[in-house]
Amino acid sequence: MAFFEAQEIVKDFSGTRALDKLSMSVPKGSIYGLLGPNGAGKTTLIRIINQITAPDSGVLKYRGKNLKPEDIYSIGYLPEERGLYKKMKVGEQALYLAQLKGLKKKDARERLVKWFKKFDILPWWDKKVEELSKGMQQKIQFIVTVVHEPKFLIFDEPFSGFDPINTRLLKEEILKLQKKGATIIFSTHDMGSVEELCDHISLINKSRTILDGPVNEIRDKYDSNTYEITFKGEVNLLTASLSHHYKIIENQAINGHRKLSVELMKNTETNDVLKVLLQAGSVVSFNKLMPSMNDIFIKAVEQANSNKQK
Amino acid sequence: MNKIFLVVRREYLSRVRKKSFIIMTILAPLLLAGMVLIPTWLMTRDDSPERKIAVVGEGAGLFYKDIASTKSIKFDYLPETSPEEIKKTYEELGYYGFLVISPKVVYIPNAIRFYSRKQPNMEMLMHISNELKNEIEKRKLETFNIENIEEILKEVESDVKVQTILISDEGEEKKTSTGLSMGIAYASGLLIYMLTFIFGAQVMRGVIEEKTSRIVEVLISSLKPFQLMMGKILGIALVGLTQFFLWIVLTLIIVTIAQSVFLPDISPMAGQQAVQSIMAGENAQAELNIQQAATGAELNEAQAIFESLKAINWPLILGSFIIFFLGGYLLYSALFAAVGSAVDNETDTQQFMMPITIPLLLGLFISMSAFQNPDSNLVFWFSFIPFTSPMVMMARLPFGVPGIELLISMAILILSFLATTWLAAKIYRTGILMYGKKVSYREIFKWLKN
Repeated sequence: MAFFEAQEIVKDFSGTRALDKLSMSVPKGSIYGLLGPNGAGKTTLIRIINQITAPDSGVLKYRGKNLKPEDIYSIGYLPEERGLYKKMKVGEQALYLAQLKGLKKKDARERLVKWFKKFDILPWWDKKVEELSKGMQQKIQFIVTVVHEPKFLIFDEPFSGFDPINTRLLKEEILKLQKKGATIIFSTHDMGSVEELCDHISLINKSRTILDGPVNEIRDKYDSNTYEITFKGEVNLLTASLSHHYKIIENQAINGHRKLSVELMKNTETNDVLKVLLQAGSVVSFNKLMPSMNDIFIKAVEQANSNKQK
Repeated sequence: MNKIFLVVRREYLSRVRKKSFIIMTILAPLLLAGMVLIPTWLMTRDDSPERKIAVVGEGAGLFYKDIASTKSIKFDYLPETSPEEIKKTYEELGYYGFLVISPKVVYIPNAIRFYSRKQPNMEMLMHISNELKNEIEKRKLETFNIENIEEILKEVESDVKVQTILISDEGEEKKTSTGLSMGIAYASGLLIYMLTFIFGAQVMRGVIEEKTSRIVEVLISSLKPFQLMMGKILGIALVGLTQFFLWIVLTLIIVTIAQSVFLPDISPMAGQQAVQSIMAGENAQAELNIQQAATGAELNEAQAIFESLKAINWPLILGSFIIFFLGGYLLYSALFAAVGSAVDNETDTQQFMMPITIPLLLGLFISMSAFQNPDSNLVFWFSFIPFTSPMVMMARLPFGVPGIELLISMAILILSFLATTWLAAKIYRTGILMYGKKVSYREIFKWLKN
């Protein structure tokens, strides 16, 4: 049973349709990536899940039951537009927000100090928020989102504004939260982080889901059975002999080596290619080219757009 | 409930700790004390420049030295000089202006002319006309050839003042001062207006701040919009009460110190004794002391003020003030919060401020008329309408309001505060999460229907 489910969500904003019969199903304990170009409707969907805006129609189910207003308090939500009281001191503010989430003051302080140490911002405890850099404000925002250890976390663009080191740190923490049993939805443009983190994705384009499912399955689906081969020897032999078994997409000479991208036809085994290669010269490397999420993203969006135009 | 308390505490502490709050708390009583003390100080010292006035022509001989010179006005009598002569030279001679009294003044009242470059002030004209009027009256009386007219006139000269005394249902009598009641009515009406506006606007600004800094999205996933709104309103109400009490305490301290330093001769011993005895409830003794103190008219007046101060029901006035201030503030601040939630920044608030400002101003104006005519129909009805009642009822109160009317007015205020808050919460709930959209009144009515 899905941990969280959205069924046929429709939302209109004064004439323009932001979400069009959108459905998604988030399995328990997964990290669910919400992908899509700018303006696709990701943030609208997230705001609907957080009950900040109400859908025009559709059903939302949380742990098998219809989503209730009280459910919001068991959700940790990191909004895309970060907001803190600028004039308030960092520690005081974090304590306030943690207490609003229902933590006891003493407990909240202990947990916050632990997080502040982890993120290396403890010296800023008594500084005002406006004195902090944007990245540090982001860290604080992340901490107050997760400090009460909610079972359901929603991050809207969690990595925007972070340098690579802090992004790394944040990813590790997100994975730790998953291990502790949290179910996580996050929206992002950063395909690299999708590959590292997500078990499931949903690709939204122009207010519709155009692709969703477990990341492995999607990759298999978009697997073009392409291999990258580097070898020394005569390339003509390859093109001549088994050309009906494969297609050479790329053919480059680099430092005396030859680098090829080869797409195998159906019913062609890698060994068949290798046999030919062995005759043609000495093999340096033979790798399967996995489709990157970036490629899948671009491919799927372009496909969807051209389908619409037809 | 616990969450509202957290919000209240944050709103309260974050404001009370601000430098601007501390500065305002110290500065306002200084200003207030200055407003009380400076006019008193100015009155006790006479710094208006001495002005010389020439009395010329026939009248100067007729009323020779009949207009007495005062500290600031000196009269020179020049019966030999004609008005035409002095017209050109009066300024060179150092005169502020010149006075021409026609002998016809005895039967034509406006036969007196005052010539000057600038418009003369009221005090000077009053002095001249009073002195001449007395003199003419005296001379007319003299024409009747009554013996010892001077003594008779002195004998009949009298001064009259009305002492107002209120009788309660139990037949108790209380000496009061209409002036003092007016003062209290005026001050409390104005104060409620100002406090409501200042702290209501703070609520609005707080809501806008939360909205523009987007922290509201974080908050809304922790607590209900209503809790957030109520917490803010109550927190700022506490700030207002704190500031109000500090102001009263500090003003009292400053006035007491300033009085003993700058105006040491204003509270003479006898008067103080009388007051002390009154406070101690020793009526017989007090009466005796009052008689002793009543040797001078000034003392009599001071004592009368103390007596009327005592007659005012301070617990009732202060208690009602707090209830009406809170009621009025809560009523309006809910509206302020709704306005704040509907806009993206402060400059957009103007179109929605009208419905708040107009009833507030109306309440202020009517309360201003209330302290002159506390029993008019207009004042009576507006002391029940919740949007104006805090100010108008407070202005009526020092003149005596039947208890039942006071209670009804309070009840109406509290009920309408609940209703307004309920409506405002509906607007607030939708408004705080609405960005980048110019909101119209029509839009707001739509939110109300949801």
